[in-house]
Amino acid sequence: MEAFDILLTTSFWVAAIRIASPLIFATMGELICERAGVLNLGIEGIMTAGAFAGWITVYAGGDLWLGVAVAALTGVVFGLLHGFLTVPLGLSQHVTGIGITLLATSLTYFTYRVSLPEVTSPPKIEPFQPFAIPGLSDIPLIGPALFNQTPLTYLAYVTVALVAWVLYRTPVGIAVRAVGENPSAVEAQGISVTAMRMGAVAVGSALMAVGGAFLTMSAFNSFFFEMINGRGWICIALVVFGSWRPGKALIGAILFAAFDAYQVRLQQVTGGVIPYQIFLMMPYVLSILALIVVARRATYPKALMVPYQKGER
Amino acid sequence: MRLEPKPTPGLATTLLYPAGAILATIVIASLLVLIAGASPFNVFWLVAKGAAGSQFALLETLTRATPLIFTGLAVAVAFRAKLWNIGAEAQLYIGAVVTVVLGTGAVAMPTPALIPLIMICAMLAGALLLLGPAVLKVRFGVDEVVTTLLLNFIVILFVSMLLEGVLKDPMGLGWPQSKRVIADAQLPRLIQGKRLHFGFVIAVASAVVMWVVMKKTTLGYEMRAVGNNAEAARFAGIPVNRVLMKTALLSGGLAALAGFSEVAGLKGNLTLDLSPGFGYTGIVVAMLAMLNPLGVVASAIFVAGIFVGADAMSRSAGVPSYIAQVMVATALLTMVTAIMLTRYRIRWK
Repeated sequence: MEAFDILLTTSFWVAAIRIASPLIFATMGELICERAGVLNLGIEGIMTAGAFAGWITVYAGGDLWLGVAVAALTGVVFGLLHGFLTVPLGLSQHVTGIGITLLATSLTYFTYRVSLPEVTSPPKIEPFQPFAIPGLSDIPLIGPALFNQTPLTYLAYVTVALVAWVLYRTPVGIAVRAVGENPSAVEAQGISVTAMRMGAVAVGSALMAVGGAFLTMSAFNSFFFEMINGRGWICIALVVFGSWRPGKALIGAILFAAFDAYQVRLQQVTGGVIPYQIFLMMPYVLSILALIVVARRATYPKALMVPYQKGER
Repeated sequence: MRLEPKPTPGLATTLLYPAGAILATIVIASLLVLIAGASPFNVFWLVAKGAAGSQFALLETLTRATPLIFTGLAVAVAFRAKLWNIGAEAQLYIGAVVTVVLGTGAVAMPTPALIPLIMICAMLAGALLLLGPAVLKVRFGVDEVVTTLLLNFIVILFVSMLLEGVLKDPMGLGWPQSKRVIADAQLPRLIQGKRLHFGFVIAVASAVVMWVVMKKTTLGYEMRAVGNNAEAARFAGIPVNRVLMKTALLSGGLAALAGFSEVAGLKGNLTLDLSPGFGYTGIVVAMLAMLNPLGVVASAIFVAGIFVGADAMSRSAGVPSYIAQVMVATALLTMVTAIMLTRYRIRWK
C-alpha cells in the first residue's frame, strides 16, 4: 500500500508541479512553432542555452528577472536563426533543427568553459524562492502544490492561459494557426507568411529558453552539462500528445511530471530490488507509448513541415 | 524574397558554395577564438598540426574517423529515403553490447568465424532496434525523429543497467565496465603498436558497398524514389513501406557496426563513455557528404580531424576543445544552406 500512499503526500504533488514547470514553458514554445507550421528540433539545444544564459546572468550579478529576460532573448536569437533557415530559405526542418540543437549546445559549453575556465564544480546562485499565495495555498494537498511554488511556476500558468487566449481569441493567433494550416489563404489576406512563421518560431524559442532557465534558476541553483537530458524531446512528444492544444498539452505535462515524481519515490519504496535505471527509463518509455496511443487520431497542422513559397500554386 | 530554381549548376557553382560554407565556418570559429582571447591563425595552425601534422596525428584522425564513417553511412542511407534516424547513438551501443556478450568467451570459435558472427549479430541487433520506430512510423504514423531520439536515452540507461549488473566485470574494481573481449574476437591493429585497427578497413569497405547499393541496385533506386517523393513512388508501384523497413534494417545495422568496431578494434571493453556522441556527429558527417556513401569517408575524416586537432590545440593554446563541436555544428548549417544555394537563386522583391 506504500506505493499508493505516495499519491497522498503533499511533497509528491509539489514535486510534480515543479517538474512540470519547465516542460510547460517548452511545450508551449514548441506548440506555437508547430501551430505556425515549423517543427523546431532546436528545442533541446535552445533549452540548454537558456538554462546557461539565465544562470550566468545572475551569477554575474544580474537580477533574477533580468536572467529570465536574457534567457528569453537567447531563445529569440536561436529561434530567428532556425526560422530564417527553414522559412524563407525552406531548408529541411529536421536537419536544421538538429543543427540548431548541436550549435546551441556546443556554443553553451564553449562559453561556459571560456567564462569559467578555472572552476571544477559549477558555482551556485541564489535561485527563485517559493512564494505562498495567501489563502489559496492553504487548500489541503493541491494548495501547496499549485500555490506555494516559485514565481517562475506562476509565470508558466500565465503562459498557458496567454498562449491559449492569443491563439484562439486574437487576430494574431488566428493568423498563426492559419499559416500552419493554409498559408496561401493567409498570404491572400495580405499577411506575410514568412513574417508570421518567423515571429512564431522566435516567440516559441523564447519560451523554450525560459523553460531551460527554470532548471538553473528555480528547480536547481547551478548549471550542469547535459542537464536538459532529453526534456526537449519529451516536450515534442507532449505537443503531439496534447493534439496541438495548449490546455491538453498542459494536462499532458502535469501527468507526465506526476509520473516522473512518482517513479523517483517508488524507487525508494521498492528499496533497490529493481535496478534504478528501469525507473529512469520510464519517462522516455511513457513518452513513446503516449505517442503510439494518440498518433492514429492526431490531426497535425496541415502545413507542418511544408515550406511556403510565395506565388506557388 | 523568393527562391527560383536554377538551371543545372555548373561545376564552378557546385564547388563555390560549399567552399563558401567552409569559409563561413572558419570565420565564425575565428570570432569565437578571438573572444576566448587567442589568435585564430595560431589556433587553426595547431588544429591542423594536431589533426595531420605527424604520423601519430594522422593515425589518430583515421582512428577517430572509423566510428564516424559507420554512423555517417547509417544516417546517409536513412536520410536518403527520408527516414529520420536520429538514433544511431543507441544502435551503436546495442552493437557494442552484442560484441561484448558474444566476444568475452561465450562463443568459442576461431577468429575468422567468430568475428563475422559477432558482426552479423551486432548488425541484427542494431537493425531490429531501428525497425521498431520504422514500424511505428508506417503502422501508426508515429514520428520516428522523436522515437529514435527517446530510444537513445532508453538504451544508454539499459547499457548502464547491464554494466552494473550482468555484464559487470568482477575484476573491474567496482567500475561500471564490461569484461574485455577475448583475443580471438579482437580486430587486428593495422600497424603494430599503433591504435589504428582493422575496423577502418571494414568501414571503408562498407562505404564502397553502400555506394554500390545506392547507385547500382533496385533497392538504392527505390530508396531515392521514396526519399524524393513518397506519394509519387507509391503511385509508380514502389512498395514504400517495405522500402522504409529495408532502409531501417540497413541503417540500424551500419550504426551498430560502429559499436562493434570501437569495442573489438579499439577499446576492448564496453563502458558508458564508449561514444562521445558519434551517433549525433554522424548526422553532420552524412550531411557534409551530401548523403553520398563515398563522400561519407572523406567527411568523416575531415570531422574527425577537427576533433582530434582541437583536442591537441586546447592542451597547448587553452581554447576549450568544444570549439570543435561548434565548428562541426556550424559547418552543418552553412553546408545545407550552401547546397540549397547551388540549386536555387534568391530573388529579393
